[in-house]
Amino acid sequence: MDQILRVNLEHFTTSNEAVAEAWAGLGGRALTSAIVAAEVPPTCHPLGPNNKLVFAPGLLSGTSASNSGRLSAGAKSPLTGGIKESNVGGTAAQMFARLGIKALIIEGLPKTGLWYSLHIDRNGVTIHEESELLGLGNFAVLEALQTRLGGKLGVLSIGPAGEMRLASANISVKDPSGKIRSHGRGGLGAVMGAKRIKFITVDDSGAPGIQIADPEAFKTASRAFTKALLDHPVSGQGLPTFGTNVLVNILNEAGGLPTRNFTYGQFDDHDLISGETMHDTIVARGGKPKHGCHAGCVIQCSQVYNDKDGHYLTSGFEYETIWGLGANCCIKDLDDIALADSIMDDLGIDSIETAVAFGVAMEAGLLAWGDGKEMLRILREEIGKGTPLGRVIGSGAGSVGRTYGLTRVAVVKNQAIPAYDPRSVKGIGITYCTTPMGADHTAGYATATNILNVGGQVDPLKKDGQVELSRNLQIATAAIDSTGMCLFIAFPALDIPECLPALISMINARFGIQLTGDDVVGLGKSVLKTERGFNLKAGLNSAHDRLPEFFASDPLSPHDAVWDFSDAEIDAFWNF
Amino acid sequence: MNITVKLFAHFRDGRFKVAEHHYPSGADCRQVILALGFRLGEMGIVMVNGQHARLDQTLNEADTLALFPLVGGG
Repeated sequence: MDQILRVNLEHFTTSNEAVAEAWAGLGGRALTSAIVAAEVPPTCHPLGPNNKLVFAPGLLSGTSASNSGRLSAGAKSPLTGGIKESNVGGTAAQMFARLGIKALIIEGLPKTGLWYSLHIDRNGVTIHEESELLGLGNFAVLEALQTRLGGKLGVLSIGPAGEMRLASANISVKDPSGKIRSHGRGGLGAVMGAKRIKFITVDDSGAPGIQIADPEAFKTASRAFTKALLDHPVSGQGLPTFGTNVLVNILNEAGGLPTRNFTYGQFDDHDLISGETMHDTIVARGGKPKHGCHAGCVIQCSQVYNDKDGHYLTSGFEYETIWGLGANCCIKDLDDIALADSIMDDLGIDSIETAVAFGVAMEAGLLAWGDGKEMLRILREEIGKGTPLGRVIGSGAGSVGRTYGLTRVAVVKNQAIPAYDPRSVKGIGITYCTTPMGADHTAGYATATNILNVGGQVDPLKKDGQVELSRNLQIATAAIDSTGMCLFIAFPALDIPECLPALISMINARFGIQLTGDDVVGLGKSVLKTERGFNLKAGLNSAHDRLPEFFASDPLSPHDAVWDFSDAEIDAFWNF
Repeated sequence: MNITVKLFAHFRDGRFKVAEHHYPSGADCRQVILALGFRLGEMGIVMVNGQHARLDQTLNEADTLALFPLVGGG
């Protein structure tokens, strides 16, 4: 029987609760957002006693469905001041689901001044005082816990950034290789740090496992779904070979690769940091071009990147990180960026927010453009040690911009804009403006249709069709984020007619229900409206659904593109 | 006319990264793609001077033609 685990840190109580009827059909993002909207006062301080940190596996997590191992985390974000959902691979989602845990809710703050950990097993959740691992980076925490507890342990932890409650702190989740995936965006690590939880361990031995209502129907649908994933050229071939970083050269060619803190649309040294170069480097050094972030992933977009001597340097080395420290900070050395990726994982800070913050810091003159070695020093010596400068940069791009009085600060709702310039990829600009998450490319990935010719083609340089495109993608994404599915299933779902029906059939077979395509669209709409409703009550309204002014005033080379949507055109997004 | 052709991802295998090629005046994207030994069905993204192009778009002297297989990320 599925249940909700609740931990109250003010009274040090835990409980196993039956799932409220309204939440029974929800999972992942739909559930974390519903719980946050129902239980968190929208005007509360994100780091105060009234915020709650919620984790929920998706509807299909724990089943044999391909790519269904994503875990959602939700809270009021200390970065945006609005609702946040951030999802991640790793092993925890599948363990939660096998244990019958629909959600974990962590509420209150301890008044003791001490630190704690949580342990989850088949009996529920327990609270333990923790002192030994405080101050340690995530990799050391994982290693120590493996020694302490042994076995196949799921781990969610925060690094020093989370302990310092920095607004770009993330929550790290152990992956099947014993490395790290991240609930990256929106500062959820700071919420966990405010609650003084250093880590959560999960042991699913003796778990009841997943009951499939109609195993035969599930198997048939699952087979069709996996086939669609493998047949599509993006999920079946492109992503496994080149990873997400194949986008460097594409966005550069299209003039949408934000360069030198969003000043230009192309980077002269793009080839040095490109997916093609990275692939050849990985192969030459004996790394792995293909790697999955969770068991059951058939797309394998991740990779293992070794250093010059053939030793492990990092994995989960994504386009956004490489773009952010590469083109946007003009750093040309992929090894410096890979080392930074690993340090950011260890400190537990979001690599998008931090990379954009470094671009603003370079504009402020804190370090020279392209100075990878100084960037690495600041990561280790300033952010890692919590110096005043480190805390300014570690609190995100908006924090650096405010501290140094700058206007070229690419954020929406104070969250950094990622790797697609909205002037020349206009559909993604609508997503940055309107998603309740703050600037987030994954919330409605219009780049697919603007640039990649997936799901049709909408001209990236024109306004026509962009609002509708972003709306449809955001609705679909909110639904996908609720299933536990990796967002990359959207590539085949947009092009292969059998893909989405197979996904819905799997949900129906899992629960013995009869959802239709319309129901799933309805779910996506309802998630977005729940999130928007929370934000409005928190004080985030249409005035916050805007890009910074410089995107309208400063043309972007090579197409001299500017952001030219009127307020009314943007606000029409919410007409559904 | 001279056209700069750029290839990306696995299109580079056994071919080239970037090259300047000479084509008869009035050639379109389709003709260049076929002359390079590609099948039209392999094309994911075709850009001329950084903008998405149709296969029947006519090329002009000194244009840059960029060819990508269907790839993606995010």
